[in-house]
Amino acid sequence: MFQKSYKILSTEKLNNTTFSFVISCPELAEESWCGRFVNVLCGEKTLRRPISISEIDKQNGTITIVFEVRGDGTKWMSERKAGDELDILGPLGNGFFPDKTKRGIFIGGGIGCPPMLGAAKEYGDEAEVILGFRSKENAILTDKFNSVAKRVEITTNDGTLGTKGFVTDVLKNMVQNSENAVVYACGPTPMLKSVAAICKEKNIKCYISLEQRMACGIGACLCCAQKTRDKDGEHMKHVCKNGPVFDSEEVVF
Amino acid sequence: MADLGVNIAGVHFKNPVITASGTFGFGQEYARLYDISRLGGISCKGTTLKERPGNPVPRVCETPSGILNCVGLQNPGVDAFIKDDLPFLEKSGTAIIANIAGSAEEDYVETVSRLNGTSVDMIELNISCPNVKEGGASFGTSAASVEKITSAVKKATEKPLMVKLTPNVTDITEMALAAESAGADAVSLINTLTGMIIDINTKRPLLRNNTGGMSGAAVFPVALRMVWQTASKVKIPVVGLGGITKWEDAVQMLLAGASAVQVGTASFTDAFAPLKIIDGINNYLDKNGYKSVSEIVGKVEPW
Repeated sequence: MFQKSYKILSTEKLNNTTFSFVISCPELAEESWCGRFVNVLCGEKTLRRPISISEIDKQNGTITIVFEVRGDGTKWMSERKAGDELDILGPLGNGFFPDKTKRGIFIGGGIGCPPMLGAAKEYGDEAEVILGFRSKENAILTDKFNSVAKRVEITTNDGTLGTKGFVTDVLKNMVQNSENAVVYACGPTPMLKSVAAICKEKNIKCYISLEQRMACGIGACLCCAQKTRDKDGEHMKHVCKNGPVFDSEEVVF
Repeated sequence: MADLGVNIAGVHFKNPVITASGTFGFGQEYARLYDISRLGGISCKGTTLKERPGNPVPRVCETPSGILNCVGLQNPGVDAFIKDDLPFLEKSGTAIIANIAGSAEEDYVETVSRLNGTSVDMIELNISCPNVKEGGASFGTSAASVEKITSAVKKATEKPLMVKLTPNVTDITEMALAAESAGADAVSLINTLTGMIIDINTKRPLLRNNTGGMSGAAVFPVALRMVWQTASKVKIPVVGLGGITKWEDAVQMLLAGASAVQVGTASFTDAFAPLKIIDGINNYLDKNGYKSVSEIVGKVEPW
């Protein structure tokens, strides 16, 4: 884990509100793996903004982060240019560990797609992907997913791209009961809840990456709590330290 | 190099910078980023007799130059603290302050009793948490109740006792005087100021608890004023906190009369803030020819 200023090598606007930055941070890249995140200082803001790592290039010492402008902090970030430096704390969180011995299904919803790119890449070219967006104009990273995965299904709420409907409609058709598959997902909570319900019904292992308002990012302040359940009862875990990836069976939505 | 060491109620701190309760866990997390033995001390996460799950989320949001939180004293309980967290802290090479909270006087008394005979250096009595339904700040908002709980806890503990005061009162110096008369060895102030933020689109408060405790740079002038007023009234040491984000703020606190400072929310913005503040105080003392921290404590020259 590091907290340093790192140079932005390139920036790309993926749609009206979503940006992709490639950042030179060799030591941080070395400790990164799919599903982990970084906490980025945004100008004069008190709280850093947690952003998932989308891609990692250890050879060139870079990570790619993709973020959506949601408020003043991410707006400030979006105004940075190649050559500027970003103060980054990371890599943080537990991340995904795709099981290559099983069928791997990777599901991303909206701004939940970027971490799934790294996860699908890590899994390899047999990865099967389902991406969901509100509309065609919101779609991101579809070409990148097409270049790493065996199969990429796209859904949009309004049908302007891919299948009209939700990622869960596609997932239901893709999997059978108790098959040798693992589902990995990141996206809005209602989507994750539905994905987890389908996996439970079909008796398939499912890992989901959660989001929560966060402060320290390292497990000290206990702000980003997530209620979980195990054989001993209910517990408050934390998205930054115990997550962001949880076994969907333990999450109390 | 000046002597950065300070003595508060018989406890030696190698420098006057203590990490504030609730922002630094029990030390393990930040120890992954730097050598925490460089800190003057650690005030641990507020600990209660039994485990507490804390409040529902969201528990934090940003405000202009600060944050609001309503964590609600999530902690593993005092027995788990002693068993799981204290062994690490003992080896950390810094002073350990156990911050104690509760919802009834007997809980506080029992909790501090269990800390007798442990390696904890000092007790910080938290009667100022704004985020719990029962107890918490209600013990800290009248002089009579401050005196009563301080007195009860003082009888039960063998450790030096520091009472952490809430700013959400009409006159914080009355609370400080009440703590002092009941036997407190020091006071620390301020805890967070109760605040609120509403999302105008959903019409919902951003925090699930509706209100929360405000901290960060925005509260610093309020905290400084309260420390200054309190230090001029009590004889026991005052530990100043509230919105300290840089070394200049810490020096102001010392000049206002604080014997040491606590740094909290600043760690979220810059994990290294406490270390930078220690270095900054050291440079200020050297540059101005002071030999020790105590030479500047209370040396503000008011108009």
